Amino acid sequence: MTSIAGTASSQNRVKSFVSALTATKHRRDTIEGYLFILPVVLGLLIFTLGPMVASLYFSFTKFDILSSPIWIGLGNYITMFTQDQYFWLSCKVTLIYAFTSVPLGIIGGFMLALLLNQKVKGIAFFRTCFYIPTVVPAIASAVLWSWLMNPDYGLINAALAILHIPPYSFLGQPETALPSLVLMSLWGIGGGMVIYLAGLQGIPESLYEAAKIDGANEWDLFWHITIPMMTPTVFFNLVMGLIGAFQVFIQAFVMTSGGPLHATYFYNLMLYERAFGFLQMGMASSMAWFLCVFILVMTLLVFRSSTFWVFYETGEENQ
Amino acid sequence: MTEDREVTIGFGDISWRRSGQAFRFIFSYILMIAGSLVFLMPLFWMFTTSLKDQSEVYTFPPDFFPKTWLWSNFPNGWNYPNMYFNQWLGNTLFITIMVMVGVLLSSSLCAYGFARIKFPGRDIWFMAVLASIMLPGTVTLIPLYVAYARIGWLDTFNPLIIPVYFGGGAFNIFLLRQFFKNIPVELEEAAILDGAGRLRIWWEIFLPLSRPVLAAVAVFTFQGVWNDFYGPLIFLTTPEKYTLALGINMFKGMYSTQVPLMMAMSFLMVIPMIFVFFIAQRQMIRGVILSGIKA
Repeated sequence: MTSIAGTASSQNRVKSFVSALTATKHRRDTIEGYLFILPVVLGLLIFTLGPMVASLYFSFTKFDILSSPIWIGLGNYITMFTQDQYFWLSCKVTLIYAFTSVPLGIIGGFMLALLLNQKVKGIAFFRTCFYIPTVVPAIASAVLWSWLMNPDYGLINAALAILHIPPYSFLGQPETALPSLVLMSLWGIGGGMVIYLAGLQGIPESLYEAAKIDGANEWDLFWHITIPMMTPTVFFNLVMGLIGAFQVFIQAFVMTSGGPLHATYFYNLMLYERAFGFLQMGMASSMAWFLCVFILVMTLLVFRSSTFWVFYETGEENQ
Repeated sequence: MTEDREVTIGFGDISWRRSGQAFRFIFSYILMIAGSLVFLMPLFWMFTTSLKDQSEVYTFPPDFFPKTWLWSNFPNGWNYPNMYFNQWLGNTLFITIMVMVGVLLSSSLCAYGFARIKFPGRDIWFMAVLASIMLPGTVTLIPLYVAYARIGWLDTFNPLIIPVYFGGGAFNIFLLRQFFKNIPVELEEAAILDGAGRLRIWWEIFLPLSRPVLAAVAVFTFQGVWNDFYGPLIFLTTPEKYTLALGINMFKGMYSTQVPLMMAMSFLMVIPMIFVFFIAQRQMIRGVILSGIKA
């Protein structure tokens, strides 16, 4: 009896010792954990959250940096939405670009991945060829493409001359300037291709084999296995691609300066000019916030739509 | 790129009797060769243009190859009057190295905290980190610009370097955290029993074990800084303080008729990127894939 009671009490002692130990360990973990993530916590506060609050405040002010901000309420937003003729124009330009370059890029990258997903000799070499353009710095590719599209001496016009098409100023005409930038963006589809390739290779071979046994032909395999299995990857690239396309800047800034006739006056270029050209920091902040809210809404919409077309293998874990 | 360990098919292995298979095989090859030519043509054109004489560029239709290969375009472009390519290269390298150190140290520290220590509030902070990826940079840019102007950071490298030491990029934290989570707990527990502190575990176990991911992060960072245009454009104003990307833009703005020299300088900027790609392609591709799929 005594021995049992003895063990019980010693057990209790061990238990309380253990719980005391876990309590100290818990506290230590908390302190250490926060010490480890301290850089990013500070970073988020100093370089993200703080500036966000300030930017929201600036967006309700007239602010030229040199003097202190003057509160004008919704003034900037009203000017932006109702008076500034370039605002909606730049929105239109940016949307047209985003909704052509992103889908074309996805389709192109996907088809390229299908082509390069074959087990034939030299495939690694071809994959490299298609990927190389994506490592070219944006400024270098802007310089290069300006020259390629040069109306008088450009390579593209030389190629068209072979087909007896007269030379054309692609970037110099309002009708073609934006489509030309879309075309240029397709030079970089190798980046998406690599991602789709990995996705294609991640589809279990057993799925195809099972379907083949059931008498499916290649077309069925493609439509009912490849496409559904790839939708999550396509979805992710769609979201990231759109967010990136809404923020295009360098092509417009370096190649066309937003012209001709504002045909490539991208949203971010207008924002840049407002902020650093005219020092309208308040107006620029309003524009930045509008973009931010727009991206948020867009992303939510795409996420909402994903339940209709994105296929997740494990239905229950669908987050 | 990614080497297939499985059997690959060459021309010799095709059964020519089954015309469908042979047709498909040849058709794929034609597409791949034609596509590769189209994709590489602009770069090839950049290279040959950079070796042409000024007058040769202004002919139509353009010649495919330069009549004489003017290698002197490269030194001539580099030492062009009123351009500071030596200085710009130095600036770019300095910023790149400082940023790379900051990114690697800061993001791996944070990633360790998120991956391996349990503490209240951790998941909320991690969500905040992830959410910050979505935030367009322009939202924070203007207040930061104003703040930097107040503390005298404009026209210095500080705005391009210092913020990196605070977290090192949300995406990098995410990438490293994924990797750290898969490192066996036993390794860590053994080290704790030996009395090692967390900082030592991070430095002596986690960092050496995650070399491939760290390499991927380093390569992405290098690419990012080397290519960055917007940041330097906004924060740097004195030409001597420019980076290479800004310098080339300045060259284009001032001497847009010097096409071969401009192409030569642009091509010089491409070379390190291609070089890095060939050394680190495995890591890069893996990183690209991780970023595209596991999110």
